[in-house]
Amino acid sequence: MVRQERIAALEALAQDRVLILDGAMGTQIQDLKLDEDGYRGARFADWPSPIKGNNDILNLTAPDAVKAIHTAYFEAGSDIVETNTFSATTIAQADYDMQDLAAEIAREGARLAREAADEFEAKTGTPRAVAGAIGPTNKTLSISPDVNDPGFRDIDFAAVRQAYYDQAAAMAEFVDFFLIETVFDTLNAKAAIKALLDLRAATGETIPVMISGTITDRSGRTLSGQTAEAFWYSVRHARPWAVGLNCALGAEEMRPYIAEIARLADTRIIAYPNAGLPNDMGEYDEQPGQTAGFVSEWAEHGLVNILGGCCGTTPAHIRAIAQSVTGVQPRRPASRNRAMRLSGLEPFELSA
Amino acid sequence: MTQSVPSFVNVGERTNVTGSARFRKLITEGDYAEAVSVARQQVENGAQIIDVNMDEGLLDSVEAMTTFLRMIAGEPDVARVPVMIDSSKWEVIEAGLQNVQGKAVVNSISLKEGEAIFRQQAEACLSYGAAVIVMAFDETGQADTADRKYEICERAYKILVNEIGFPPEDIIFDPNIFAVATGIEEHNNYAVDFIEATRRIRQNLPGCHVSGGLSNISFSFRGNEPVRRAMHSVFLYHAIKAGMDMGIVNAGQLDIYDDIEPELRELVEDVILNRRDDATDRLLEAAEAWRGQGGGKAKERDLKWREAPVADRIRHALVHGINEFIVEDTEEARQSFERPLHVIEGPLMDGMNVVGDLFGDGKMFLPQVVKSARVMKQAVAHLIPFMEEEKEAAGQTHSSAGKVVMATVKGDVHDIGKNIVGVVLQCNGYEVIDLGVMVPCETILETARKEKADIIGLSGLITPSLDEMVFVASEMERKQVDIPLLIGGATTSPAHTAVKIDPAISVAPVVHVLDASRAVGVVSKLLSDQRDAYAADVKADLARIRERRLAARAAKNRLSLEDARKKAWDCDWSAYTPKRPAQLGVQDLRPSLETLVDYIDWTPFFFTWELKGSYPAIFDDPHRGAAAKSLFDDAQAMLARIVEEKWLEPRAVFGFWPANRVGDDAVLYTDDTRTTIRETFHGLRQQAAKSNDNPHLNQFDFLAPQGVEDWIGGFAVTAGDNPDILARFEAEKDDYNSILFKALSDRLAEAAAEWLHEKVRREYWGYAPGEALSNQELIEEAYAGIRPAPGYPSQPDHTEKRTLFNLLEATQRTGIGLTNSFAMTPASSVSGLYLSHPDSVYFAVGRILKDQVADYADRKGWTLAEAERALAPILDYTPGAD
Repeated sequence: MVRQERIAALEALAQDRVLILDGAMGTQIQDLKLDEDGYRGARFADWPSPIKGNNDILNLTAPDAVKAIHTAYFEAGSDIVETNTFSATTIAQADYDMQDLAAEIAREGARLAREAADEFEAKTGTPRAVAGAIGPTNKTLSISPDVNDPGFRDIDFAAVRQAYYDQAAAMAEFVDFFLIETVFDTLNAKAAIKALLDLRAATGETIPVMISGTITDRSGRTLSGQTAEAFWYSVRHARPWAVGLNCALGAEEMRPYIAEIARLADTRIIAYPNAGLPNDMGEYDEQPGQTAGFVSEWAEHGLVNILGGCCGTTPAHIRAIAQSVTGVQPRRPASRNRAMRLSGLEPFELSA
Repeated sequence: MTQSVPSFVNVGERTNVTGSARFRKLITEGDYAEAVSVARQQVENGAQIIDVNMDEGLLDSVEAMTTFLRMIAGEPDVARVPVMIDSSKWEVIEAGLQNVQGKAVVNSISLKEGEAIFRQQAEACLSYGAAVIVMAFDETGQADTADRKYEICERAYKILVNEIGFPPEDIIFDPNIFAVATGIEEHNNYAVDFIEATRRIRQNLPGCHVSGGLSNISFSFRGNEPVRRAMHSVFLYHAIKAGMDMGIVNAGQLDIYDDIEPELRELVEDVILNRRDDATDRLLEAAEAWRGQGGGKAKERDLKWREAPVADRIRHALVHGINEFIVEDTEEARQSFERPLHVIEGPLMDGMNVVGDLFGDGKMFLPQVVKSARVMKQAVAHLIPFMEEEKEAAGQTHSSAGKVVMATVKGDVHDIGKNIVGVVLQCNGYEVIDLGVMVPCETILETARKEKADIIGLSGLITPSLDEMVFVASEMERKQVDIPLLIGGATTSPAHTAVKIDPAISVAPVVHVLDASRAVGVVSKLLSDQRDAYAADVKADLARIRERRLAARAAKNRLSLEDARKKAWDCDWSAYTPKRPAQLGVQDLRPSLETLVDYIDWTPFFFTWELKGSYPAIFDDPHRGAAAKSLFDDAQAMLARIVEEKWLEPRAVFGFWPANRVGDDAVLYTDDTRTTIRETFHGLRQQAAKSNDNPHLNQFDFLAPQGVEDWIGGFAVTAGDNPDILARFEAEKDDYNSILFKALSDRLAEAAAEWLHEKVRREYWGYAPGEALSNQELIEEAYAGIRPAPGYPSQPDHTEKRTLFNLLEATQRTGIGLTNSFAMTPASSVSGLYLSHPDSVYFAVGRILKDQVADYADRKGWTLAEAERALAPILDYTPGAD
């Protein structure tokens, strides 16, 4: 299947049921219990700085392990898996001094997911898609890193846009979607959107975009201070294939905000919460059945179109979620009056 | 939650440097913290969107927009609301779009520069995610009639919605609100045109919105707030009914429609809706009654005042600046008073006190005050012989309120501002000893000592004068001259005074005086018994400015020269062939005065007289319009005499040479073989970090590198001068005409530069033979190519003038001389370079780092210290501090 056919098939499927995304990549990699040498592999044995924790480098040093994780999620019922490229930008890789490898990491990550998807698609005959994961980077465009100097930034829009452009261009050959995720600073996401639209204009190739924000706590705001509604108005110009939330909160805490976006968005809703909130040890205790219990209620109330898991979730969680929403009617996109909708940290509306 | 859907959105307008003097001051001084609080106040007062505009010529608008938006991003009570990014420059808008996480409104784009640019900017707005304001402006200009307004908006709508896929609900049309009741008949229907266009736009272009800047409508009634408020309310009332749903409105300038006095409302409605031919007259007539305290303005000339007692007549003559009868009135007064001095201390001073009060309250303007001073001086001149006689008889002296010694410092010849300050001080009873121009430090201090001066005032216009002022201050310190020092003139600033002059002197207070209207207040405080407290306040203020400067400087990123050079402006030189000038070498011309008159830019003329407003709109200003008009009439009358009687003899010289850019410099060759170097012009490059890919400019980036044949031009023009005329005014005690003549000479010199540049573009260089621009377009610099002047922002080093003058043989050919500080004599002269590249622009080098100063010193064959002296105003570091 080529991308367009696959997307058309998924769009048809999405009319009838909730689509299933994968679960956490990081948690599965932790289970591999790799040490520093495990991350380095032969290729980076002599790398001058430690790289343990650079999960994305495993696309180059442990490709089989990464591909096996993708396959495990397909087996659990995922329609779409995310590439292991959350930090495959020059900006994020600079932490490991690996900025020059960012494009290669991104491209290999996309290729591995594509291989896993193609093999599974061939085996089952149902469409299996790849979403190129685009993370927030470790820099913020809206927040000063220096509390004493609120006007200061250690990076600018042009640099973030360029990093995203390079990442997306590297993945484009293999992915069906781009997924701008874990958005805690909407301006970073806007730089990613600009990069994707610019790439689209440059190549003439339309790869649909999904966007997922992160509400960091019960204040109901992103880290950069926006409400869920303001966030939606800030990214709507991307005309995303789906929009929603992931990370930071468990399903129970996420519900009001996903319900808010579901009420507003004239596109599909994607949601992939953590497996609850972390315990004192930083581990996630929520069991597959519990997570599935929360999110299936969302589906039944017509809040979502795509469900998956973030930190702490496993193939077992995904299997439980997939089973719990079988036969449930997916949400219909919201239809609203025509209005100019702007935002600061809060939404603004002027009817047309 | 979304707030309840409003039917009219109020956009806050105070964070706009073009609309708010306070905000502009905060931004130019780098006080962003306080600027943020302006934004906060607006939001607290109910602004649903805040308009941010940084379009000010002297600002790096991209940087200001970036910094301000970043600052407010960290303020939840401000960042709450969406931002309207307001600029006439696309690069500023783009910088804004790159610094807001929310969905903003772009203000504005239009078809002004054609469909291609319009489309491109609209598409960029789409990809950044922003709504847009589209001005009713197309290739032929701004729309004024309802038909044109609608047609342009419809055309824009079709392109946006049908061709680009712009969401119609994100389009806001601004069909141009223009002033009504201006007295010009064609303007009477402007409000109706707007309202009618709005109705058609909302009916026929589904989804979109209509907005406008409300305050324009009442421009004619500036100063009369009750009438303005009523006009705003009435206009909005009708425009909102027609579909206007957004506006840039000062909420404090609005009344509730129903609360407007019915009589006023009726009059205003007649004007807004253009219901009767005499609507404007009727409102004008009634307007004074609504003003509140009444205008206290001069009424038209009738001679009834001649019937009053002599003291009243003198006061009237002073307040109204009428010198026709002053000598006879003064003589009459002298005969009725016991001593001539009593005439001065009595009716003359009483009259001048009234003038001083009116000026202080902003009810009189500078040209009027100068005219009053002329009357005063002529009266005093009449009395002096009698007083001398009396003095001889009795040996008495008269003491003034205080004695001020003033001078334009060594190396500088500009004195209009200083003369104005002198007149204003004299009006207020101070004795002024004006030492003139190019006055060495010793003369100033020696005179101050001998005359027992109470105040020393220094003035200067060119940047090297700043150093001379520092020198005077340090000499005062050395000689322990404890006389308060006033600093004024176009290049002086509170910042320079704080950072450079104040630290040089501890024996006396230093005060920067912004303009003539502040001079009296400062002098009177310095001579009162609160002197010490005031001096301490001033000192503390200067210390605060110093700290803020240092903090602001530390916060600014600058690139090393090496990195800045990597980001030089460049173009595809293979795709561009510079035009060879028709004739190389130097030529001189004698333009006629008649020709130059048409090239005068009048706005700076009014500025010289502290009448701030642009020509000709300033005449419509109800507050200062009358003063401006009367000044303009006097100027026109004198201009006619200047032309008729040939008071001035303008001269011009220009030349072209084969040239190429080498590094940051321009190398000029002796001839087309380009083998022998004739001269080198040196350039300076911007180092302040830029938020996007904008180049770090050097003026010679616009000159082709070696391998591509390019040329550079140079020019010097002067209006000439006329010491005889000035001596005559002096003899007549006529400061008013003396200042007027100098101000007009300056305008004619600038006009000569404008005229010559046009001739150069069209004929002598000939790279724009078909150019046909109006005077207004010339003023707006719509032409291709630039004429940067050494000593100005694109190349702040005045010493480059020496090279230019040598090449042009300027002194031999035109008589223009250079002082040791590189000021030109006569003062009414202009010089500069010509660059022809169509993309060349004026810019400001801004502050530079030591690496560039060292490099520049090398290229000029100077020591580092010499370079630091020449470039002192733009150093980003303190020489010798490390």
